[in-house]
Amino acid sequence: MTDATAKPLVTMTGIDKSFPGVHALDNCRFDLRAGEVHALVGENGAGKSTLMKVLAGIYRKDAGVITIDGHEVEIANPRAAQDLGISMIHQELNLMNHLTVAQNIFIGREPRRRFSTFLLDDATLNRNAAQLLEMMHLKIDPRTKVADLTVAKQQMVEIAKALSYNARVLIMDEPTAALTEAEIAELFAIIRRLRSQGVGIVYISHRLEELKQISDRITVMRDGRYIDTVPTPDATIEQIIRMMVGRTIYESAPELPTEESREIVLEVRNLNRAGVLKDISFTLKRGEILGFAGLMGAGRTEVARAIFGADPIDSGEILVHGQPVRIKTPRDAVRHGIGYLSEDRKRYGLALKMDVETNVVLAALQKFVNAVGWVDRRRTTATANHHVATLAIKTPSLQQQVKNLSGGTQQKVVVGKWLTANTDILIFDEPTRGIDVGAKSEIYKLLNDLARQGKAIIMISSELPEILRMSHRIIVMCEGRITGELSSTEASQEAIMTLATQRGGIVADNGDTGGSPGGQSDSPRLVSMESQSA
Amino acid sequence: MSLETTSSIPFSRTIFRSDATQKILAFAGLIVLFVVFSLASPNFLTFNNIVGILLATAVNGLLALGVTYIIITGGIDLSVGTVMTLSAVMTGVAIVMWGLPIPIGVLVGIGTGALAGLVNGLTISKMKVPPFIATLGVMMMAKGLALVISGARPIYFNDAPAFREIAMGSLVGMIVPDYKIPNAVLVLFGAAIIAHLILTKTVMGRYNLAIGSNEEATRLSGVNVDRWKTAIYALGGAFSGIGGVIMAARLNSAQPALGAGYELDAIAAVVIGGTSLSGGEGTILGTIIGAFIISVLTNGLRILSVPQEWQMVITGAIVILAVYADIIRRRQK
Ligand SMILES: Nc1ncnc2c1ncn2[C@@H]1O[C@H](COP(=O)(O)OP(=O)(O)OP(=O)(O)O)[C@@H](O)[C@H]1O
Ligand SMILES: [Mg+2]
Repeated sequence: MTDATAKPLVTMTGIDKSFPGVHALDNCRFDLRAGEVHALVGENGAGKSTLMKVLAGIYRKDAGVITIDGHEVEIANPRAAQDLGISMIHQELNLMNHLTVAQNIFIGREPRRRFSTFLLDDATLNRNAAQLLEMMHLKIDPRTKVADLTVAKQQMVEIAKALSYNARVLIMDEPTAALTEAEIAELFAIIRRLRSQGVGIVYISHRLEELKQISDRITVMRDGRYIDTVPTPDATIEQIIRMMVGRTIYESAPELPTEESREIVLEVRNLNRAGVLKDISFTLKRGEILGFAGLMGAGRTEVARAIFGADPIDSGEILVHGQPVRIKTPRDAVRHGIGYLSEDRKRYGLALKMDVETNVVLAALQKFVNAVGWVDRRRTTATANHHVATLAIKTPSLQQQVKNLSGGTQQKVVVGKWLTANTDILIFDEPTRGIDVGAKSEIYKLLNDLARQGKAIIMISSELPEILRMSHRIIVMCEGRITGELSSTEASQEAIMTLATQRGGIVADNGDTGGSPGGQSDSPRLVSMESQSA
Repeated sequence: MSLETTSSIPFSRTIFRSDATQKILAFAGLIVLFVVFSLASPNFLTFNNIVGILLATAVNGLLALGVTYIIITGGIDLSVGTVMTLSAVMTGVAIVMWGLPIPIGVLVGIGTGALAGLVNGLTISKMKVPPFIATLGVMMMAKGLALVISGARPIYFNDAPAFREIAMGSLVGMIVPDYKIPNAVLVLFGAAIIAHLILTKTVMGRYNLAIGSNEEATRLSGVNVDRWKTAIYALGGAFSGIGGVIMAARLNSAQPALGAGYELDAIAAVVIGGTSLSGGEGTILGTIIGAFIISVLTNGLRILSVPQEWQMVITGAIVILAVYADIIRRRQK
């Protein structure tokens, strides 16, 4: 796709950036040509987002040179970046929830009424937004409030917003983390179209299989440093991973402790919640990893939240160790030894403004109270240190605010929190979303260790290879119902997909204004499977 | 907002989840209060009493308009009460002491409010002092300044009799002699309409909502958040300034000792009107309804001879109930 001699659109050289206690970028470089998709990969905390935020004017670099079209530029703020034609889709959703889709897309560039600098022209605003959404084949009413959209749709709105700048440089920081397969395909089509129009695209992703499909070159970063840049066709996934982690780690599927006929620790009977869940029944055994598969919006998270007492249920029974229990709040759940690791860790899993230590001990603070009634700092520090070490949590200190950690590191902090609480039923909701391969295999190892120690684990995941590799049994859901259960021997991607698309349930199309049940809007997640078998 | 855009997308579903619900709730509350008090006392639903209620709402309503903008940013303004007083005093100084023409005096009053708001805004956006503290400081400074400038004595407008007409004269009464609705009420409604247009139709209103909804995202979108925030606080201050002018005209004097505590009534009105303290949403209509609920309540309870102490208790309970109703509504969504 790219002509190797093409003149670079952007070059970044000698970029340095430090945060208090963290040398996030150390003499980094990067270049981008017009009409190429340049993937940027690296482990959690490698500095990918930071490097791109420097380019987008969000962080000021401490040192280094940026050129655009060969001219040196200073990018002092996001506005300056926009004026240079640089636009960025952030890893975290960055939308104004109370505003409409159209208002979000054109924030800062609202069309004005004629002869006015102050009066808004919302008719034009909505029309422009509708055009843009149309072009992206998105069925979203531009007047919908963003808060009323699903996370996936919100992500697409972010992408629409970035496109609306008609940028020459488009930075996408993990744009696919929350998308369905159909939406990813749509996104790739858009990316290819932009590329052919000469836009330079930076693509950050942990899904290495994706890079093969979409990127022209791959740059690898590690520990804030530039490692290498390779043309995609010449690179193998193993080679990339080796560069990312600096060692070979691609372990094959870990062996699973397969002792059947163990004690049933959790039993759920006929759980119902109007419009969301219907007749959910299953059992979970000691030492077992139970996979929950299904498409986005199938109701898996809702099952987890219901068991955890985060959402009310209309009817149904939950038994822990054979005893019927009433779980009305998360506190009840924790008391019965159930822990939940939310898919949206920022919103539900972490106290973002508090430090690592506090977060790790938060769910079990009573355990650390001494005779006087004070929290015993020595013990909390020891426990936190222990988890930081065993989980390899990458933080400059226990006192670092969690919001300053990279996404994958945050996930590990949540795991540490539930380990401290010593729960024996753990529900992992998309535990590896936004997590690099290195951390991923650590999390897999962790899941296995936990199961081996006798914990019972529910793992919700949208990535089929992950589900197949990690689960003893797999429950498949579609539209709020359980459509089938598969043992690890009978499970295959095809079998799961068949069950996951057995429509006819109770859940209406979730926030998707135009989607029709049984239509194309939610086609199965196939990309990662194809590339794996390839 | 206009509805005539784009084909193929059903917009019926937007109706029910719009912010209209809280306004309808507040409005229904207002009607209920009206009905209850009318049934309870024959003295409630009289023309004079209604005018009294309208007049009593004018100053609080004006303050609440400004506070609405501030609360929508996710901030708070504790200074509106004493800034109102300072504005009244400065109006008095301009007209009585300096002998300036009344229109100039009015502008001095409004300008004083805007200036105080500007100080709030700069302290918050440039010095990064939290709004609670910044406006608390300005509240105390304004109170002190009002006392210093006036020598702690009221300034009477007896030499400028026309000044009183700004609030107490009646343009409506000149046209329809039987309906002597004081000008203060017109000022309130005029200001409310302008405030509504600013919030819904202008760039400033849009950024106000955006900042309250997600300040960081707004900044990353290239909006100069600090500047707009400063402007919004200044605008809020200007409404306090208008409130000060109306207050002075109503009393025919600038009373430097008055004003503390007014900010709480204003905040209560805004909150009853459905503006979220966490920012990002709110409406002017809601605020006006909220302000009326407070004055109808005060007025009605007084007519029923409920002691003033109990009036406070009841008003306090209503504030909590109103916000609770809003929380329930959100949860159901
Ligand atoms: N605002 C900040 N304050 C302090 N430290 C920060 C801040 N932003 C990033 N860091 C630190 O800088 C390093 C690089 O983080 P960055 O977010 O760039 O990583 P990343 O490669 O994007 O990781 P991920 O794949 O998890 O998103 C991390 O150690 C992170 O903790
Ligand atoms: Mg990142």
